[in-house]
Amino acid sequence: MKKRLFKMLVVMMAFSLIALAGCSNNDEASSSESGDKVTITYWQYTFPAKVTEIKSLIKKFEAENPNIKVVAQDFPYDQYTQKVTAAMHAGKGPDVLNLYYGWLPQYVKEGYLQPIPQDFMSTSEIEDYFIPMITASKIDGKYYSLPTAVRSLALFYNKDMFKEAGLDPDSPPKTWDELIQYAKKMTKRDSGGNLEQEGFAWDVNGQGYHAFEEVMLRQWGVTPFSDDGKKVLWNSSPEGLEAFTYWINMYKKEKLGEPLFLQGYNTAFKAGKAGIIIDGSFDITAIKDAAKFDWGVATLPVKEEGGMESNFGSYWTNGIAKGVKGKQLEASEKFIKFLISEETQKEWLTEVGELPAAASFANDESINNDPIYGPFVQGLKSAHATFFVDETKERDSITAQIDKIILNNEPIDKTFESLVKEQQEIRDEYFKNN
Amino acid sequence: MAQTSMVDRGTKKSMIEKRDKPPMKLKTKRTMVAYSFLAIPLLFFLCIRIYPTLYSFSMSFSSQYGEGFTMENYQQLFKDEVFWKSVWNTCKYVIITVPIQMALGLLIALALERIQHFRWFYRMIYFLPYITSVIAVSWVWRLMFEPSVGFFNELIGWFGLPSQKWLSDPKLALFCICAVMIWQAMGFSMLIFMAGLQGIPKQLYEAAQIDGAGRWKMFWKITLPLLNPTIVFLAVTGVISALQTFAQIQSLTASSGASAGGPLNSTVSIVVYMYQNAFSEFNMEYASAVAVVLFIFILLVTLLQMKVLNKSYEY
Amino acid sequence: MLKKKKVNGFDYLIHLVLLAGVIIVAFPFIWMILSSLKSLPDFYSFSFWPSKLDFSGYKYIFEETDFLQWYINSIIIGAIVTLSCLVFNSLIGYTLAKYKFVGGKTIFILILSTLMIPTEMLVIPWYVMGTKVNLIDSYLGIMFPGLIEAFGIFLMRQFMLGIPDDLLDAARIDGMGELKIFWRIALPQVKPALSALGIITFLGNWNAYLWPVIVISSDKMRTIPVGISLYATGDSGGIQWNTIMGMSTLAIIPMIIVFLIFQRRIVEGIALTGVKG
Repeated sequence: MKKRLFKMLVVMMAFSLIALAGCSNNDEASSSESGDKVTITYWQYTFPAKVTEIKSLIKKFEAENPNIKVVAQDFPYDQYTQKVTAAMHAGKGPDVLNLYYGWLPQYVKEGYLQPIPQDFMSTSEIEDYFIPMITASKIDGKYYSLPTAVRSLALFYNKDMFKEAGLDPDSPPKTWDELIQYAKKMTKRDSGGNLEQEGFAWDVNGQGYHAFEEVMLRQWGVTPFSDDGKKVLWNSSPEGLEAFTYWINMYKKEKLGEPLFLQGYNTAFKAGKAGIIIDGSFDITAIKDAAKFDWGVATLPVKEEGGMESNFGSYWTNGIAKGVKGKQLEASEKFIKFLISEETQKEWLTEVGELPAAASFANDESINNDPIYGPFVQGLKSAHATFFVDETKERDSITAQIDKIILNNEPIDKTFESLVKEQQEIRDEYFKNN
Repeated sequence: MAQTSMVDRGTKKSMIEKRDKPPMKLKTKRTMVAYSFLAIPLLFFLCIRIYPTLYSFSMSFSSQYGEGFTMENYQQLFKDEVFWKSVWNTCKYVIITVPIQMALGLLIALALERIQHFRWFYRMIYFLPYITSVIAVSWVWRLMFEPSVGFFNELIGWFGLPSQKWLSDPKLALFCICAVMIWQAMGFSMLIFMAGLQGIPKQLYEAAQIDGAGRWKMFWKITLPLLNPTIVFLAVTGVISALQTFAQIQSLTASSGASAGGPLNSTVSIVVYMYQNAFSEFNMEYASAVAVVLFIFILLVTLLQMKVLNKSYEY
Repeated sequence: MLKKKKVNGFDYLIHLVLLAGVIIVAFPFIWMILSSLKSLPDFYSFSFWPSKLDFSGYKYIFEETDFLQWYINSIIIGAIVTLSCLVFNSLIGYTLAKYKFVGGKTIFILILSTLMIPTEMLVIPWYVMGTKVNLIDSYLGIMFPGLIEAFGIFLMRQFMLGIPDDLLDAARIDGMGELKIFWRIALPQVKPALSALGIITFLGNWNAYLWPVIVISSDKMRTIPVGISLYATGDSGGIQWNTIMGMSTLAIIPMIIVFLIFQRRIVEGIALTGVKG
């Protein structure tokens, strides 16, 4: 009997041992040196064109560096920061991670990233190598990450829909008024008032709010944020509200389109159901693949013909996680060096559609004159990268406030005031804790 | 699942059972055997249930950055509009889904009781949603609710009704989620009611019939009272699971760029709010305070149920 | 009327109503399968039938995603947790039911009281603990909360109470070891309860979402619900309806088939666990 009891205990012990072994095994798999080969992990968010491109880049990189293995992993956009945070706390984070430049302040504050080592690339070397826009990710005089490519916004328009509506497919709208006018001609509703086709895919969440903050506000004569990024200046003059009302009324009064039509502006455009959208060059590949119609790209409209041009610039950027050191760090540096090389940047442009971030490309005629990339490069010249303190929160706030207007019919001016207040609070909160 | 309604019955049973005591030595031996069986699993169980519970309480009384005991999470909760919204929404989920899913379940069970053919077929179909993955089916519903190309707008269009925004309409979204919840839980109610109905002695009906009672009267006087334990059981399990609504809301309202609980927090539940605080904002302490509130709700329901059950035992 | 039922008009009416209900209840499943066979352009305007059968969604699932891996994960996790529950829950249940010993009742009440603690409250401490002992993003991390479970213990105890003591004592007199008694004598007596417990545990794990979505981070570790959910909200280029519906179909259809085969047992098992209450 005692024997059996003993046996039982042994079985149970074994069970718990297996359990423990299970996790320590895992540990070994994730910690990464086996022989001379170094394994590093690279995280990015799920964007099909990028995921595919990174896969092929890694193959190339591994061929060049046979003793380094790169494991790439991707997560949905809205879960990305969550997963990074979780993994960092668990000590299971990646070595190199790709992040939106707007998340940098948050990531640096939480201590997920280490500064780019000076012996790898010094601050001045970085500023010489890249176009000036990337200074937006300088925090306390240091760079924590380096981009492969940058993006700007432009109009994508459906030439077939232009023709059908009696518009000239080779003269896209130059001013916002023209855009409204053209879009109205292309918007179709059924007898019940349901949208069948939208002239302009108005939206907030995608690129819409960037177009408002950095393009329309500036064109209306308002600088959106103070130079140090601490103050929200949208309502610093009455033109701010004017620009906001103009933007909201594209949806509310002019009824050019709906944010939810076909799940979102880019799907609607790809489906051939939206005449014009504002989007970044990163969607070129997806649109090329999906669009079964003739389409074109044009620079963003201005307020009046000949008026001030403005654009929103942004980028995804690669940082090295805090705590990565030794061989791991060496390999990570090598991989980043590879990712920001001019050769990669060029390939990135054709495969993903994002524009080279290196300054040396600024005068590359073959890119500047391209009918598709040209307008984006043009836009880059007047592009501003918003200094976000917490991109997610800032976006959630603007989405929620605008939902109040479009779903609950709350007045535009009051909502604008509470929106500015909320945006200011987000900044105050960040600077208070920093 | 079948939570605590069994609690008191169990303890009662064990109280009734009193057997002759084995001799002292045997008793010690038995105790040793028992503890050797229990030790490791029990230790493990305590580690994953009791300890975390205490941990959760203590976390709710500490601050994200500072140290020491603090009430600040609860003070903040009290002022937090979104939190109150989530509490109110959770109440709505309970009030709407539980009675409807039980009523539908009972109706189907009664209907199935009456018919003779294809009973297994109906039972199977009605029960099907209960065993399928919430996530998978929620996405199907989401497609059907889609405002521009979804099935529901097409359907109401056939009747000449104007199309709706469903999940994107703050006034409708919560009801849409309730519909999905009812659709999934109805089959379970039906099944339990069917078992309950089978437990009612047929002689009672025969006797009532001899007394000249009508069908309606029999239902009110015999069926319903005798189903009482079943009803209590379903109500309690239903309320508890509705209090914990999460996966449906997550998969029906979250998208890339919009977190769950929208539009305008019209569908946010306590658990969704807790999840967001814990795993998007990473304020585990605040989220723990939210979790403690949920715990109190569930505790109240359980206590209430114990009281009701004890009462029904009295006669 | 109760004794010799005659099919009358009212019965036909009931059938009619029930059939209507069947259509409503089953419709989402039909819609799911139909939608999984549509091509993407079919989702740009309303269409009932696929314009032509299109398997590109399925092709994508098998070629571009780790769906098969998620499937395997779900099966492995479901199987291990179920097995562990069957063994340990019934062992604890058996001990609590069939041994009278000091502290037994306290332990039982302690276990029962944990039923009141919602999983939702525990996920935060589990997560924090998991980070400390390196359980995040591992099988064990996904499984550990379910390995032993209070409701299962309670259920098994209730059934074990019904085993006559004479049977166990007889075995003891025959010189059988205590563990063997549990394994050979007690367990076979409660087979229906075991199958019920197995079914609900497996189902629960197969469909579990909250904890897995928190604890899993890598692609390869995902279970089916987590995989579908992350995939579906993942692509910012618009929702790929046909692929999502394909995944849902692949996740649900096998469950439906298993359910059809074991219908009786599953239904009775679930009813049994309910009625015991």
